Amino acid sequence: MSDEHKQGRTPAITVRGANKRYGDFAALDNVDFDVPEGSLTALLGPSGSGKSTLLRAIAGLDTPDTGTITIKGNDVTGVPPQRRGIGFVFQHYAAFKHLTVRENVAFGLKIRKKPKAEIKAKVDDLLEVVGLSGFQTRYPSQLSGGQRQRMALARALAVDPKVLLLDEPFGALDAKVRDDLRAWLRRLHDEVHVTTVLVTHDQAEALDVADRIAVLNKGRIEQVGSPTEVYDSPSNPFVMSFLGAVSTLNGTLVRPHDIRVGRTPDMAISQAEGNVAATGVLRAKVDRVVVLGFEVRVELTTAADHTPFTAQITRGDAEALRLIEGDTVYVRATRIPPIAGQTQEVEAVLARA
Amino acid sequence: MTLSPVVRYLARYLALAYITVLVIVPVGLILWRTFQPGLGEFFAQITTPAAISALQLTLLVVAIVVPLNVLFGVPTALVLARNRFRGKSVLQAVIDLPFAVSPVVVGVALILLWGSAGLLGFVEHSWGFKIIFGFPGIVLASIFVTVPFVIREVEPVLHELGTDQEEAASTLGAQWWQTFWRITLPSIRWGLTYGIVLTVARTLGEYGAVIMVSSNLPGQSQTLTLLVSDRYNRGAEYGAYAMSTVLMAVAVIVLIVQVILDARRARAAQ
Repeated sequence: MSDEHKQGRTPAITVRGANKRYGDFAALDNVDFDVPEGSLTALLGPSGSGKSTLLRAIAGLDTPDTGTITIKGNDVTGVPPQRRGIGFVFQHYAAFKHLTVRENVAFGLKIRKKPKAEIKAKVDDLLEVVGLSGFQTRYPSQLSGGQRQRMALARALAVDPKVLLLDEPFGALDAKVRDDLRAWLRRLHDEVHVTTVLVTHDQAEALDVADRIAVLNKGRIEQVGSPTEVYDSPSNPFVMSFLGAVSTLNGTLVRPHDIRVGRTPDMAISQAEGNVAATGVLRAKVDRVVVLGFEVRVELTTAADHTPFTAQITRGDAEALRLIEGDTVYVRATRIPPIAGQTQEVEAVLARA
Repeated sequence: MTLSPVVRYLARYLALAYITVLVIVPVGLILWRTFQPGLGEFFAQITTPAAISALQLTLLVVAIVVPLNVLFGVPTALVLARNRFRGKSVLQAVIDLPFAVSPVVVGVALILLWGSAGLLGFVEHSWGFKIIFGFPGIVLASIFVTVPFVIREVEPVLHELGTDQEEAASTLGAQWWQTFWRITLPSIRWGLTYGIVLTVARTLGEYGAVIMVSSNLPGQSQTLTLLVSDRYNRGAEYGAYAMSTVLMAVAVIVLIVQVILDARRARAAQ
């Protein structure tokens, strides 16, 4: 959040004190949230974390019980979605099935009573941008899922929205199409520069596409930051484990790829670390070695108290080590995230190191 | 279930015989009796003043009942499909009531309400507006028995449709009426048309409820079904056959429209 203050810009979207309850269930629990101008922010969280509710509240499709929402400096709290100046893309496309691709994209412009020639030019332009030129007269049922979603994006962009809101836009697509569309969305955002908020439950998608990630859990925002910040410096164990695989080593949460495995205590220290003393090194037994293409997952138990944990090493390292089940090896965490609650342990570990 | 060829053939011919005896023979007999004396006689019978009046009256009833059912049926279906509220299941049961209640009972209930001795009898004797044994009574009875059709055909389509498209329209700037005309109505058009076809068919064929509330005077207050029955009772059997054939012709047209719509709907659902 610090960078937009440095640049002296007001956020494109601000949410203050938003609450939304469904009976006993708190979908939004006193949420404060800012989206910097021009950013691509991901709302990341498990289902039921309130991420979609927050997005729909920004769009005006859901009304929070309390709280205020501003878009580009205008208080839109009581304003219906029609007049919020937003573009919204739904998980299941929400294509107008009885209209052609052209009519779908032109919908918002027709509502705004733009001249026909202008509508046609703009629609053709946008279809070019989303790679659907030549599909003008098709119906949504004649398009693939990925094409439908690109049409939906063109439709949302046609009305020149102040902010673009995407609700799990790739959630209904095949893995391959999803990857392609992700990369495409990233490029599109670099071209169009419209402030974008994307809801996803897929941490890989958030890390891949977004320049800012807000992690939600149980209606609260747990952490907001750049992908690197939330991945490397998670503020709590939930964020840590939601953003990637975790292992517990010596009572501390670490990423499995941050565990170094060596044949001797010294080898658990990398060359680059030079003369770091061989402290914080644990003895462990190899239980299982799983080759996952480029990576190798090593399942181990500590020699001292037999707690199981997992390390992820490169194939090259694995081949050099020639790990076999039952081997005794030495392991060490190379990076320990400073998580609240385990700080003391971390400091202790780092002090020893 | 696997059947031996013999059993399969037997079952097939049994079903055919059943349909033949119960449906094809009676209908065929009417057609045969109708056209036996020749087309001239047939046309003479269906162009008598009473017949023309009955046809006009029936079509007028249809022309009033259908728009009313659409006008109230679509919003009701919207409420049922989109809202959750206390008493919704009761409302749904009430809407289905005309399916369950015998039309004769509907007629009696209308007389109890609107008749000159009824609860709202003042409309007739104070304001001089004749409902029972007048044209409004026929319309009321027809509406009562056809209320469920539009609602019951449109509601599942609305369910299926969901709210995504309407929400998308609203984020694109469409006001609720624009969303309704441009998105909702085109999406439910086949369900709605099907409901209308069923309403037309039932209105044309309704007898029990209408006979109770109509003064049943030839050339004045007889619908097609009333005329058929009246002619038969008076011994003008041939006239009854001829009018039955007209009714059936209209029904067949409705049936064809229904089949075409069904196919259209199946295609639209894909």
